[in-house]
Amino acid sequence: MSQIHVTTRLNGDETEFLCDAQETLLDVLRNRLGLTGAKEGCGTGDCGACSVTVDGRLVCSCLMLGAEAVGREIETVENMADGETLHPLQRKFLEHAALQCGICTPGILVAAKSLLEQNPSPTEEEARYWLAGNLCRCTGYDKIIRAVMDAAEEMRRAS
Amino acid sequence: MALDKNAPETRSFKVVGSRPLRPDGIDKVTGRARFGADMSAPGMLIGHILRSPHAHARIRAIDTSKAEALAGVKAVVTRADFAAAPEGMEDVLDNCMAGEKALYDGHAVAAIAATSAAIARQAAKLIEVDYEVLPHVTDVDAAMAPGAPALHDGRSDETVPDGYSANVMSRVEYGHGDIEAGLAKADRVLERSYKTAATHQGYIEPHACLATMGPDGQADLWCCTQGHYMVRNTCAALLGMDQGQLRVTASEIGGGFGGKTTVFIEPVALALARKAGRPVKIVMDRTEVLRATGPTASSSIDVRIGMTKDGRITAADAELRYQGGAYPGSPVGMGSMSAFAPYDLENVRTIGYDVVTNRPKQAAYRAPGAPMAAFAVESAIDELAKGFGLDPLDVRLKNAAREGTRSSYGPTFPAIGLEATLRAAKDHPHWSAPLGPNQGRGVACGFWFNFGGDTCVTLNVTPDGTVTVTEGNPDIGGSRASMSMMAAEELGIPYEKVRTVIADTGALGQNEVTDGSRVTFAVGLATIEAARAAKREMCARVAKIWGIDEEAVIWEDGAAKPAGPNAGDYPPMTLAEIAAIASNTGGPIAGHHEVNAEGAGVSFATHIADTEVDPDTGATRIVRYTVIQDAGKAVHPAYVEGQFQGGAVQGIGWALNEEYIYGADGILQNPGFLDYRIPVASDLPMIDTVILEIPNPGHPYGVRGVGETSIVPPLAAVANSVSAATGVRMTDLPMSPPKVLAAVQGQQEG
Repeated sequence: MSQIHVTTRLNGDETEFLCDAQETLLDVLRNRLGLTGAKEGCGTGDCGACSVTVDGRLVCSCLMLGAEAVGREIETVENMADGETLHPLQRKFLEHAALQCGICTPGILVAAKSLLEQNPSPTEEEARYWLAGNLCRCTGYDKIIRAVMDAAEEMRRAS
Repeated sequence: MALDKNAPETRSFKVVGSRPLRPDGIDKVTGRARFGADMSAPGMLIGHILRSPHAHARIRAIDTSKAEALAGVKAVVTRADFAAAPEGMEDVLDNCMAGEKALYDGHAVAAIAATSAAIARQAAKLIEVDYEVLPHVTDVDAAMAPGAPALHDGRSDETVPDGYSANVMSRVEYGHGDIEAGLAKADRVLERSYKTAATHQGYIEPHACLATMGPDGQADLWCCTQGHYMVRNTCAALLGMDQGQLRVTASEIGGGFGGKTTVFIEPVALALARKAGRPVKIVMDRTEVLRATGPTASSSIDVRIGMTKDGRITAADAELRYQGGAYPGSPVGMGSMSAFAPYDLENVRTIGYDVVTNRPKQAAYRAPGAPMAAFAVESAIDELAKGFGLDPLDVRLKNAAREGTRSSYGPTFPAIGLEATLRAAKDHPHWSAPLGPNQGRGVACGFWFNFGGDTCVTLNVTPDGTVTVTEGNPDIGGSRASMSMMAAEELGIPYEKVRTVIADTGALGQNEVTDGSRVTFAVGLATIEAARAAKREMCARVAKIWGIDEEAVIWEDGAAKPAGPNAGDYPPMTLAEIAAIASNTGGPIAGHHEVNAEGAGVSFATHIADTEVDPDTGATRIVRYTVIQDAGKAVHPAYVEGQFQGGAVQGIGWALNEEYIYGADGILQNPGFLDYRIPVASDLPMIDTVILEIPNPGHPYGVRGVGETSIVPPLAAVANSVSAATGVRMTDLPMSPPKVLAAVQGQQEG
């Protein structure tokens, strides 16, 4: 079966790959490009563990085809830190103990970053509704929400 | 191990009780951490499992020839590729790969390894299974009825009296005193029946593994599991291998909650790898996880409790019926033992029935068996207290188990924290806060045993004076941080100087799985003892250098110091200084400890829940929630709070939303996260926590396990709250909107 040649921009770098027509962006990232930070928790867009941004928009990479990445800007959790410097959200997740097992963490970080880019001053309720598409089974969300609110405050102060 | 030897020290801690960053944190916020599905191997094949579309069917024949002929298919296995399982492991094998019958929708019947996932899936469609569809049963009470379709004829054990359905596998009974005499002394006897649905552990990471086996029989397995030693032992038995020939490495684990304490795909991947001669990776999808891995049991429970009008329980009696899916082993025993454990009762009895149905075999789920039992008992106590106009916390305080209480399941309790949690609940501002319209408040208690068990820890001192703790229990919620903290505390060195790693099965002796809230207790105990062994060795080395008796050297603040008559004679030698010259004083320095840890110390909690029920839709919102629990000693309080919060929210999901829904055809109707709805962030408020510290006499620092007790009270706390909000007693979980609406409307019509 012939494969599709795709050129895209991934975490700032021009990237080429071949993929099958029915292959999801998530499978391309994980199996062809070695970026396993995005996780498959459901494959149906219900858990958010595979969250990435495409042209700045938050998407479930399990619901998008790899072939659709042509000419787009894809950002994954692997590009959140600036070299050795963690993004404030990453740092606050550690400080607030906002992860237990950590499987949902990459998706939640990508989603939370997307929230703060659109709304630097979310209320707790806005944060909870924005993150309602990201399932976490360990924490009960308490420390996640605290970490997001704290990071938002720090980022507002710094800007 | 004698309790007095480990009596908690009255000491002030330097590291224990602080909140350092976890050692695996950076990897987990940057996407670098490697979970089950994140590993690959050269030449790797992809495995796929064909599953039964029937709830109950005899497998007359399986023809795999067309699948095997498909280009890219390298191996196909069925039950015929496995030898007979050793005694006691037949059900484990049968659950991984069906034999004579498919016993539930989703039961594995064959597996393929191919060069791509697409080819493997295509091949699965080419496998022809000749099924004879049989009558099925999925409800526990229906399965116990005379004439119910039988899953296994003649397997009931000797505890089951004559006349019961063939689906009743065993019966247990606990208690003491005289129930009828006790009930006769009551001012009111409440008899009530309760039901709870099966719920899934709901870990976000599906099961995944990567197996390699060489022609010499040596094999390696990478998998997400709560216990890689269990995986090794089980797979070795099912594949006829020596345990020492199979090395299992635990990946980072994306949640388990008990659901990863057994095997599903691991023996299948090994069998495929053996047959294909190439590495095989299997990753379940979410549908497979819900259809074929352990949900917990559903339950049907009858309770009789007698109470005097001043709130004293005179007798308590319960019959618990749990279906645990297609094989024996529902957690009805632990449900029966824990049901009345929080109370000091003269007359108490629980009878439990373990029932099989055409559902996936249940797996442990956080405090297995206890939440359903607590739902029934705590609901009944609440109803009695309210009926007498008594404060439900006062009633519980009046009946609370204390040090010296003979528990309902036998043992006499040492120092326990139930009363302290009840008093803290009474004093908490939540208890006296005003409620709004359509709101109600509920309270409930919970108990969990806590486990110990086989544990090994090796602590190595490196030449530059850092320390590596090697342990064998997958870290599911921050336990590497806790072990490093206990090692640092004991050695008197900074937390940053200790790194804890989870070793593969080749590195240590047997370790029980990460379950029963055992790790911080048991691995912590072994870590402390390993550190003490290293300290003894270092003191001995220093005694040699100084030329004084070993007994004259003590360890203090991270250094060996001369003591007694030699005090002050020599400057202290730090761990780093001793490590630097270890080669000249006898060789590398290490401490290790191997133990079957006892003295885990039971744990109690009290939860307060406020809910608001929309009278027009029946939808319930959690308005406020407070968890109060005894941790013994909180090693890392942030992770203790996390356990309290996570367990509470899982219990809230169980109470309000989550359920396995089967159609009349016995097929699971909601095998996905859209329809099997676990709580999301917008469903919840912050979850307040109060950590109490009543030291466990069985641990050097007083630690008790904390992971499981937190899921025990919420079902009843939320049900009591919804009952208060609506004025209708809720006895059937989940309290989904249609059910609550029907209850509210029924009350209005009545």
